Amino acid sequence: MVAEPQVIEETRAARTDPLLSVQDLHVWFELRRFGFGRAGYVRAVDGVSFDLYHGEAVAVVGESGCGKSSLMKTILGINIPTKGEIVYDGKKMSEYSRSNLRWYRSQVGYVQQDPYGALPPFMTIQKILEEPLIINGVKSKEERLERINKALEEVKMTPVDEFLPKFPHMLSGGQQQRVVIARAMINNPQLLVADEPVSMLDASVRVEILKLLRGLQERHHLAVIYITHDLSTVRYFSEYIFVMYAGEIIEKARVDDLLNNPSHPYTLALLAATSDPDPKNVDEFQEVPPGEPPSLVKPPAGCRFHPRCSHMIDGLCNVERPKEFKVGEGHRVSCWLFKDVQ
Amino acid sequence: MTDKTLLRVENLKLYFRASKGVVQAVDNVDLTLSTNEAVVIIGESGCGKSSMAKALLRLLPRNVDTYSGRVFLNGTDVMALDDEEYRKEIRWVKMSMVPQAAMNSLNPVLKVGDQVAEPMMVHHGVTKEAALEQAKAMFQRVGVPVDFVNRYAFELSGGMRQRVAIAMALVTLPDLVILDEPTSALDVLTQANIMNLLKRIKKEISTSFILITHDIATSSELADRVAVMYAGQIVEVSDSYRFFSAPLHPYSAKLMASVPKLRAKSEPDYITGQPPSLIKPPTGCRFAARCHKRFEKCSEEPPVIAQDGRLVKCWLYT
Repeated sequence: MVAEPQVIEETRAARTDPLLSVQDLHVWFELRRFGFGRAGYVRAVDGVSFDLYHGEAVAVVGESGCGKSSLMKTILGINIPTKGEIVYDGKKMSEYSRSNLRWYRSQVGYVQQDPYGALPPFMTIQKILEEPLIINGVKSKEERLERINKALEEVKMTPVDEFLPKFPHMLSGGQQQRVVIARAMINNPQLLVADEPVSMLDASVRVEILKLLRGLQERHHLAVIYITHDLSTVRYFSEYIFVMYAGEIIEKARVDDLLNNPSHPYTLALLAATSDPDPKNVDEFQEVPPGEPPSLVKPPAGCRFHPRCSHMIDGLCNVERPKEFKVGEGHRVSCWLFKDVQ
Repeated sequence: MTDKTLLRVENLKLYFRASKGVVQAVDNVDLTLSTNEAVVIIGESGCGKSSMAKALLRLLPRNVDTYSGRVFLNGTDVMALDDEEYRKEIRWVKMSMVPQAAMNSLNPVLKVGDQVAEPMMVHHGVTKEAALEQAKAMFQRVGVPVDFVNRYAFELSGGMRQRVAIAMALVTLPDLVILDEPTSALDVLTQANIMNLLKRIKKEISTSFILITHDIATSSELADRVAVMYAGQIVEVSDSYRFFSAPLHPYSAKLMASVPKLRAKSEPDYITGQPPSLIKPPTGCRFAARCHKRFEKCSEEPPVIAQDGRLVKCWLYT
């Protein structure tokens, strides 16, 4: 069947089917009161939708508790969505059988935040990297060893033979993170989910790891979801930024558009609070919106940022949840300030 | 020395015994600090910056091998004091500290108000009621609602806990507060809030700060002067204005180049190689193996060279 010629709204939509499509995803966690009945729900992810295409790197930026890790865990198939659907390669995740799920997990690599905590201390690097291969049915020992060698070379841990018998504690933080990346890559995944992969590392190593990830992404045409709270590293890594606040994505844009033309007041606040090394910083106070992110058990009505926002429109922002408005090519923002922009 | 000098550290050494040998965590460090000045100590993890904070406050573990040097605070050599005198007269009276991961260092079973009041009771011998009043005043100053004195640590957010830890360090109005990575575990907006708070406190009361961090971008919010530490030694001390625009030591330059910047177009670069082991540090310049400007001289220990009021430990500037 030939598809109807559509009006191509965005350059992204011109590409073929998305690799991963998150549709109106809700992840709520039930709160129990001493085992009797429900006390409510923590609405960790509340209505998130986006598409991710082959070879595309997307950064999800937000503060702790904004639901970015819950979103990630749901994409990894660890949390079960309360509502909504995750579609991977045209197949709905809710309809997966056990073997489908195993296949899915081999397609998705996961780079954890804390490399030391993510590597079992009693296993050698060789065993750590061999396990996912055994689970995914690589029977021949020679083939496993070959793939381990290849993975370690890709993360520039050479000479490989020197590292294979080592235990995680014998490696530096940067090397541990390389092993974590090698493990995530060993099944040749299509999608890589990296949860703050550099936040535990030193400044000098941080850039090295980000460049390594970027190199892998380009070489293997990987789709990457990069979760971070540090806006300054995003520019070197991804094409798109999604800004999350209190369980919702409030702004989606290309990296340059977001940095040059930030629209949502929360994005503006995040950018203003990110400092660059500059001796003039000493003389000025940084602008920070008052208050703290809301509780996700009873989030504020309307726009969730309205209690902290200086542009709040009474009777609108505190009543009705803002729709997604288009402020540019591929740049969307959920804020009532842009309701007249078309 | 002018009377504005608050702290003068000379040849401070702190070595630890480990199973593989002696770790030279802090090796012959010199540093001066004026009243109401903020010095930032930056360096990679394992360079000895936290050990230096411990050495200054004499919060030492059991495996100390060497602990020597001279530390003058307001002209008196505090290294000459015995432990009991030091505890009574210096620690938390003249010098206090906000420890690393301060938000997790609060006692979970004590009310935060009592914890902030405790240093006043111990060191100034005031009654609990008076100390609690002080704690409340300090809560107000650091931006924690006063009724939070009756709460426990788990009832506060990360930013609030960090503020409580800062209140605890400030309650005795010490001359010097050492902050060990005060913002590294916090979110961007909370981080900005805490830096604003420290700036305001620095203006309001004439406290000096030593800020230990590896986050160079955030450190520029508070720094009057910057000291760069590498492998247990201070390799550069400079006023922040000239440091952030043109660092002298090759290591400082590399470190600055590795910082991802939001508003600049330049690509960050990383430093190849790893810092040397502190058990048997290389002779000569400790950075030589990773330095792009090394030459024959670098195999000898570089001298500390003064240049327009800046100090740099590098052969390039002789």
